Amino acid sequence: MTNDARTLADQIGGEQLFANSPDQQLQRRHHIGRIFEILAITAILIGIVFLIVLLVDVVVNGLSWLRPQLFTEFPSRFPDRAGLRSALFGTAWLLVLTALFAFPVGIGAAIYLEEYSRKNWFTQLIEINIANLAGVPSIIYGLLGLGLFVRQLGLGRSLMAGALTMALLVMPVVIVAGREAIRAVPSSIREAAYGLGATHWQVIWAHVLPMSLGGILTGTILALSRAIGETAPLITIGALTFIAFDPRGPFDIFTVLPIQIFNWISLPQQEFHDLAAAGIVVLLFILLSMNSLAIYLRGRFQQRW
Amino acid sequence: MAVTDFRSQAPQQNHDLGASKQRRALGERLIQIVLFACAVVSIGTTIGIILVLLQETVLFFQEVSLLEFFGDTRWTPLFASQRFGVWPLVTGTILVAVGAMVVALPLGLLAAIYLSEYASPSVRRTLKPILEILAGIPTVVYGYFALTFVTPLLKQFFPGTQTFNALSASLVTGIMILPTVASISEDALSAVPRSLREAAYGLGATPFEVATRIVVPAALSGISAAFILAISRAIGETMIVAIAAGQQPKITFNPLESIETMTAYIVQVSLGDTPQQSLAYKTIFAVGMLLFVMTFVLNLVSHWITRRYREVYE
Repeated sequence: MTNDARTLADQIGGEQLFANSPDQQLQRRHHIGRIFEILAITAILIGIVFLIVLLVDVVVNGLSWLRPQLFTEFPSRFPDRAGLRSALFGTAWLLVLTALFAFPVGIGAAIYLEEYSRKNWFTQLIEINIANLAGVPSIIYGLLGLGLFVRQLGLGRSLMAGALTMALLVMPVVIVAGREAIRAVPSSIREAAYGLGATHWQVIWAHVLPMSLGGILTGTILALSRAIGETAPLITIGALTFIAFDPRGPFDIFTVLPIQIFNWISLPQQEFHDLAAAGIVVLLFILLSMNSLAIYLRGRFQQRW
Repeated sequence: MAVTDFRSQAPQQNHDLGASKQRRALGERLIQIVLFACAVVSIGTTIGIILVLLQETVLFFQEVSLLEFFGDTRWTPLFASQRFGVWPLVTGTILVAVGAMVVALPLGLLAAIYLSEYASPSVRRTLKPILEILAGIPTVVYGYFALTFVTPLLKQFFPGTQTFNALSASLVTGIMILPTVASISEDALSAVPRSLREAAYGLGATPFEVATRIVVPAALSGISAAFILAISRAIGETMIVAIAAGQQPKITFNPLESIETMTAYIVQVSLGDTPQQSLAYKTIFAVGMLLFVMTFVLNLVSHWITRRYREVYE
């Protein structure tokens, strides 16, 4: 219709005559719409281009330093001899210990909130509180860890203090993921088990938990991958940057990948910046592996009701 | 979790059903108490944060008056002539947060509108996860990128740019929180019922007019909640500013200069050799308290807007 009107206008031979015709107005409105659509796509593209440039920049700068020594050497003042060994050990220890604390307590809280709690003011308080904790800056958790675990409990600047701090940090994420997974189990399963005489806990332990395991594991792994990348809280509790030995137990002092990377970024020499880029490639690879595992588990355990 | 498996015990105790039942009831009760304790850990965390911050902050304010903290305009606790005016850190934080919001708000909202109103389901399924990768990248990586890539780029455009500057940190922080804004805003936009859109189309509106005059206003409460949450994230962001924005607490509104944020100051003291019992060390708890209160209030407001102004359709 628009095209017909245009041809008609052209035939009559005067754009001016029809300058404010409804059709032209409509065309202008569609024109504005298309410009807006392009703007909106651009906004997303800016984010994606930024991501690509960042990844390419890191890989290009770090590539030449991605050699065996990077994994076998301790930190050093000389870039040629510097490696991530103690940081990798520290990250592995921290990952396991954090999971040990955060997983049982987080899932326990999720089970309580989904299967036991009544709708009262206290439950609501817990829920609002969890939402708020998720928004507390990570460095504040570092101050909590410093005051509570490092000083009050006398754990010092140990792996234990770091893992407890990290466990509190990721707890809200674990709880939320756990609750979603548990909620997805249909109530007919529970009712069937009750009907056969199972107790409340037997229903949860034998039916609800196995069926929600996929979702719970996925959420926990994603939460832990957040802990792996966190730097600020561990700096605050005083995780040292120069550790030239492997941690032997949970009460040893430690360093982790992001802190080692931060340390190298802070040094003025270009070689250390490139080492940092290599460290970032390693860190991103670990995160990518964890996320892939989470996606695999989600697919593996996914159940449709 | 110390959990007794009741199923395996049951057969041996069948001869005494009454006792078995009682033990079972007791076990059920114990489990419930343990699970309740797990849920209470989260409340304990909040109380712990407040107590730890409060304890050291009170000690700090026994030596430095509130008037000096909020009245002075110089922050030099690590120098010989100590001054404790927190404003330079606060303005530094606000400068970075405002810069980040200038990037994240328009981009995030536009991205959300595109994903919710224009993109086909398959395009959305591809674009959204890619955008969310941005939220999963550790902040120390963003910091590296800000310092080694964005800052040299800025220096080419603005020759006066200092090596550590607020602009680079705020641009990168803005990109970092873009997925947060986009994702929460998109949820709000998608929650607007189709009937509103269809009514507008029926009256002859174009897709652009439907998006900007119907859907966005209808989802405004959700969008504002996303914005406030994003501001709170920008204020609490630590590693990007610690790496790229510098360590010079000063009141300036020139983003090309080096500044220091509250979070970067906490990192600076934590890394340095300040004695743990000194007054200078206590400052990080006082600054932490201020940071906690600021983000806590913002989070509460965001939560409140979502609850209070949520439009319930159908």
